[in-house]
Amino acid sequence: MKPARFEFARARSLGEAVTILRQASGSAKVIAGGQSLGPMLNLRLARPSILVDITPIPELTHIEEDTDGLVIGACITTSDIEDGRVRMDRLPILAAVAAGIAYRAVRNRGTIGGSICHADPSGDWLPVLCALAAECIVTDGKQTRRVPVEQFVAGAFEVRLETAELLQAIRIPRPSRSARCGYYKVCRKAGEFALASGAVLLDRERERFRAVMGATQGRPIVIEDARRLLGAIPQRGMAVRLHEEATNELLQGTGLPVNGRVHATALARAAAQAMA
Amino acid sequence: MSDQGVGASVLRKEDDRFLRGRGQYVADFRVSGAREVAFVRSTVAHGRIRNVHVPDEHNGVVFTAADLANVKPVRAATTLSGFKHSSEPILAKDKVRYVGELVAMCVAPSRAQAEDIADTVAVDYEELEPVVDMLAAREADAPLVHEEWGDNVFIEFFQDGAIERVAEAAAIKVTRDIRTARQCMFPMEGRGVVAQWDARLRFLTLITATQMPHVVQRGVAECLSLSDGSVRVISPDVGGGFGYKGLLCREEVALAWLAIRVGMPVRWLEDCREHLSASANCREHHYRITGYADRNGRLLALDCAATVDAGAYSVYPTSSALEAAQVASLLPGPYDFSIYRCRAAAVATNKCPILPYRGVARSGVCLALEVIMDALARQAGIEPYEVRLRNLVRPEQMPFENVTKKQFDGGDYPESLRRAVAAIDLPAIRKRQRNGEPDGRLLGVGFSIFCEQGAMGTAVLADWGRPVVPGYEQASVRLTADGDVEIRVGTHSHGQGHETTLAQVAHEILGTEFDRIKVLQGDTLYVPFSTGTWASRSMVMAGGAVAQASRMLAKRASRIGAWLLQADPAEVRVVKGCVVGRAASVTLGEVARAWYLQPQNLPPELEESGLEVTTGYRPARDMGTFSYASHAALVAVDPGTGLVEILDYVVVEDGGKLINPMIVDGQVQGGTAQGIGTCLLEAVPFDANGQPLASTMLDYLVPGASEVPDIRVLHMETPSPHTEFGMKGIGEGGAVGPPAAIVCAVNDALCALGAEVHDLPLTPERILNAVAAASTSRGAP
Repeated sequence: MKPARFEFARARSLGEAVTILRQASGSAKVIAGGQSLGPMLNLRLARPSILVDITPIPELTHIEEDTDGLVIGACITTSDIEDGRVRMDRLPILAAVAAGIAYRAVRNRGTIGGSICHADPSGDWLPVLCALAAECIVTDGKQTRRVPVEQFVAGAFEVRLETAELLQAIRIPRPSRSARCGYYKVCRKAGEFALASGAVLLDRERERFRAVMGATQGRPIVIEDARRLLGAIPQRGMAVRLHEEATNELLQGTGLPVNGRVHATALARAAAQAMA
Repeated sequence: MSDQGVGASVLRKEDDRFLRGRGQYVADFRVSGAREVAFVRSTVAHGRIRNVHVPDEHNGVVFTAADLANVKPVRAATTLSGFKHSSEPILAKDKVRYVGELVAMCVAPSRAQAEDIADTVAVDYEELEPVVDMLAAREADAPLVHEEWGDNVFIEFFQDGAIERVAEAAAIKVTRDIRTARQCMFPMEGRGVVAQWDARLRFLTLITATQMPHVVQRGVAECLSLSDGSVRVISPDVGGGFGYKGLLCREEVALAWLAIRVGMPVRWLEDCREHLSASANCREHHYRITGYADRNGRLLALDCAATVDAGAYSVYPTSSALEAAQVASLLPGPYDFSIYRCRAAAVATNKCPILPYRGVARSGVCLALEVIMDALARQAGIEPYEVRLRNLVRPEQMPFENVTKKQFDGGDYPESLRRAVAAIDLPAIRKRQRNGEPDGRLLGVGFSIFCEQGAMGTAVLADWGRPVVPGYEQASVRLTADGDVEIRVGTHSHGQGHETTLAQVAHEILGTEFDRIKVLQGDTLYVPFSTGTWASRSMVMAGGAVAQASRMLAKRASRIGAWLLQADPAEVRVVKGCVVGRAASVTLGEVARAWYLQPQNLPPELEESGLEVTTGYRPARDMGTFSYASHAALVAVDPGTGLVEILDYVVVEDGGKLINPMIVDGQVQGGTAQGIGTCLLEAVPFDANGQPLASTMLDYLVPGASEVPDIRVLHMETPSPHTEFGMKGIGEGGAVGPPAAIVCAVNDALCALGAEVHDLPLTPERILNAVAAASTSRGAP
């Protein structure tokens, strides 16, 4: 379990990184924390001609908060978020989610951008960021484009990123003061990838009620308007029961194990958290 | 009792280096000029090798079966009648029989480069239909793993009982189909070998992670047609074995051959993928088991057809017969009943050979039997523990010969179970169950009880016709010239703390300061021959031998001491490291100095045999010791997710006289953690083509700190009548009880829903499917 030969470059700027990617015409791999790519290299499942380390690029560790939202650089680590180095008073969910990802050693190196670009359906950030209606800020070194996370992800381990593009940052819209989030994942042991997960954003002020099922076979299942699952925006303290017909309709054809029952449980419990 | 002798919870000598990260494992040996080896392994489960193509530029660094023409295959024979032999070539020759089988080996300055070379080796296979499932393997039209056999059965064991006599009349009859998973042993350290050939002395040194250095020596010498004396096996610190390091592995033979061939030291370290998918498989059983009882739950008869998926080859030295033999002979457990019928087959499949894992076969048989006991209890409407109490061998029946002629040596099995019931507080749990849990989870409690035959000797193992049968176990105890004590044993600690416990034994007898007693092991050059450490034998056997040798040494030292004291030899004794006479004493150091360095002070006839004793030991009866234990588990089952949480876990263990209770607790807790893995997490599934689907830790889950509860270990202490100090083997029991206790607990939780599960592991999916099936069959929505 040793990687095949590869070249290694440490990019100091977005421009430099993009140039290397373009020159390698698809045979390069970007590495940040390497927590998923490392094993794939060792198993020789990934055999890039060159690895481009993007962690020295200043823009990628940039954090910015304004009245509209929070921008988190792609190379911000999970530990940065867990430890509160990325703060946003209205999104305490971020630190809570971070603290439950894998193990501390993984969190110390693994980055939020890396997790999104790796697009493992069982990862934590995908469903959570989808629920928060977050966007990916993608750069080609000159210009940036913004794309909702759920559209950025094309499928399991697949994202819509051109050869010479980088994920620069994640932008999370600022929820209202009364907004609540919930995230629940089902794991067979602590720190493992989830069997099923659910994420919910309940923003009564903005009439926003988004729900996401994660750990699917492909992209997260995003329910823009979760009222069809839960009747209406529920009141605090109400027991959470998914609408059976709507749930079955949602799960139909997803190919999830045990008819998606575990996913439905995860979503109901995430909703219960958001309403507690 | 000294506070460092037998029965004392002395801190472990070896922990100073282990806890500081200063252990010396195979991978820590830096042999200058060593080359690294990577293997080309079969990618198909069953096929004929048409051709192995090695690019020209790699000629001389890639070796195939053709190069090893003079190397004998591994043949783990037994003389049991009807056993069909398998020859496992070191590198596959004509046919491959499992994914991961060795096909070629590549040598390079680094492992990465060796893997690069391995990537360029193209093997052309004619694929054959694989035999993947052990039950399908027995069908008439199944493909054959070994064509010359005519079927896929290594061997079948029979226990014949007249079931018909009770079958008709029995008030209760319960039948279950139970499958256990193929799992992996997963010690923290995998296998690893460094091989070095000394052309001057014509001497091969193998540094290898093994539990049995002499067995590896024997096996390698045989395969390479060398004399035993020209093979030195060093087993340094070993990071867990659990049986995986209790056999000759082909890589050891391959590396030994390679070192001689290339004239350079060579090294191979097993990686995680090799370990999981191609090497350390174990435990895959199927049971179709029926219990017959009267209406009071008294077991009348047990009938079972068991199958063990033994994989493609028989492993040396235990053979592929071992596991099925254990199933047939151990299934009756600690219960007293007289009609038993069992057919246990070891079946060959196109999967890697299964190896004897901690508690060989016992976790499976304990599960099968306890599932039946619970089913009987439910039919009889009696608490499951009560049904067990009605069937356990009672203390007044001891010593007891059970239906398969196992000789239980003593103890109080019912009391053990009663203590477990009390410790887990069954009445409180029943009350809590009636009230329901606020979070909607379902509570369940389960019990298992079993006995554990350890330290089996000649009387047991000769009958199995193995190539290596243990007899006398030897130990060498030496007084050094400065009065320290050196102990040499051929058993080998791979985490059990023998450096501490064997020193405690010598300390008990000689009284030498604990820090001045050193235990040496793991080098065939200086330890006496042994079959090694396996089957919970080391403390009973090597401990017994150390006691014996220490006493003989004490006698010799007494004679010298008596001279120095000018006392009558009959009037002195060895106490606290001194030879003590009526009025005065001399230290063992003074005795040693006199004999080694100042012999002019002694009469010439005194102690020509010296101050080093090597002697053999076997217990008065070597049918094995029988420790036993009751396990109790309290679980919460989440009906929304199918997840099981263990809320409380109790083990009541009787291991006879405990040399170091703290170490025994560690053994029990570690074993229980593994048993939890067997029950809830661990499985290597295979697809229809025989491809292993769990080849990394992403897919193969082992319990971690958060999955293992605080295990409460309670002790009973019934000394064995046959062994030194009354010791009993205790190394494996921890791993035996958990699957049964946890499965019974989960079923206790699910019985309100009418659901039952027993196939391992208990995945969330299995639990939810059982719940769904139960609600469908009851006509609920």
